[in-house]
Amino acid sequence: MSQLSQKHLLGIKDITREDIELIFETARSFKEVINRPIKKVPSLRDITIANVFFENSTRTRLSFELAEKRLSADVINFSSSSSSVKKGETLLDTVNNILAMKVDMVVMRHSSPGAPHFLAKHIDANIVNAGDGTHEHPTQALLDTYSIMEKHGSVEGLKVAIIGDILHSRVAISNIFALQKLGAEVMVCGPNTLLPKYIGSLGVKVELDVRKALQWCDVANVLRIQLERQQIKYFPSLREYSLYYGVNKRMLDELDKEITIMHPGPINRGVELNSDVADSEHSIILEQVQNGVAVRMAVLYLLAGGKA
Amino acid sequence: MQKKLILDTHLLNITVNRLCQQLIENHGNFEDTAIIGLQPKGIYLAEMIHDKLEKDTGTKIDLGYLDTTFFRDDFRRRDTPVKANATKVPFIIENKNVVLIDDVLYTGRSVRAAMDAMIAFGRPKKVELLVLVNRKYSRQLPIEPDYIGKDVNTMDFQKVLVELEAQGFKDNKIWLINKESK
Repeated sequence: MSQLSQKHLLGIKDITREDIELIFETARSFKEVINRPIKKVPSLRDITIANVFFENSTRTRLSFELAEKRLSADVINFSSSSSSVKKGETLLDTVNNILAMKVDMVVMRHSSPGAPHFLAKHIDANIVNAGDGTHEHPTQALLDTYSIMEKHGSVEGLKVAIIGDILHSRVAISNIFALQKLGAEVMVCGPNTLLPKYIGSLGVKVELDVRKALQWCDVANVLRIQLERQQIKYFPSLREYSLYYGVNKRMLDELDKEITIMHPGPINRGVELNSDVADSEHSIILEQVQNGVAVRMAVLYLLAGGKA
Repeated sequence: MQKKLILDTHLLNITVNRLCQQLIENHGNFEDTAIIGLQPKGIYLAEMIHDKLEKDTGTKIDLGYLDTTFFRDDFRRRDTPVKANATKVPFIIENKNVVLIDDVLYTGRSVRAAMDAMIAFGRPKKVELLVLVNRKYSRQLPIEPDYIGKDVNTMDFQKVLVELEAQGFKDNKIWLINKESK
């Protein structure tokens, strides 16, 4: 097969293992392209993509924009802070107005879970979910698993621990789906208050002690504490969180094996991850960022590929 | 049975030998020449010719593989996108003579895409095209090969089918078939 089973990329839950493998295979070709002297290919020459961001983002937005430009697509950017959304326009109206200007694809980030699914039901353009609230962030999970595969050769059979604020994390949910589809064992680790109640139903191991989680895993994906989503106190203080759950060099030295450290960014240095780990040879954080462009190029290319 | 054998192992060897001799006549010791096979099928022929040339001339010759998928002009005009293959051009083509190698030349559109893709690796001094089978009277672009294995007159409903040992087939066989019959 050389085509995805879906017209949109709304979440990892909706796509198949074959889809993920096709995206990885295509991303490998694009990674070679973005390391050439001339990094641009003309594939999406006649396609216009709108990046619609109702929520802040640096990495994801830059990464998508770069991916679109390297594919020669025309790009328009929209952020809610400087738009008519402030004047009370609905989501559907906003997007329909953008589409009326003949836009082929929409990359959307929104703070409400399910917003891209709602759009997909009402409009024709291909939709890529760039994060919807605390629900899914599919391209992040794809680039995370791609980076793991690149480092370890395969994801099958690996033990991956996701550590930190699982409750508010769309990255965690999408990663769990992607890792399980590719045959990895997944563990989540964090304070009880930051683990969702239903987490057991996803078929993952749950661990409260971060040292035990690190000892168990081959790869640790450390997540950011999302203070902006926490309306109540989930732990007494950041200092206390960092004492119990912060990953530092000493903890890694105490293990009897080497593990790979990942972080989707932005890092709260000294909270969930210490600088001596983030900048160490264990960390593949910057590889994740580089792979992000290649993986997003692959997703856009494959979604745009069907007959116009 | 609408299936006609154009080349078999014996004839293919003779043809490849002749193509190599023609290349040697024009490129001497291949000091400034690189060979690039076009994915997916041209690479087998490129390897064949490259290995033979290295043996005959006793020199090392640059060999690369070029994938043209992202440069095709039929993106979004087919039902499914074409699957990408690996590109491997581990040398600088700036100021070199490049010989592009493909198995079959039909409309000329892949070669057009290949020339676009190649420019990402530098500006070659000269580009030549070598094809095993040249389907005459079917070009949609002004592109003609410099080295031809075999000229074939074909119709639109026909197709050239290439089966090479290097791809895992038992024998080298190149067929002219009708598209309906497989």
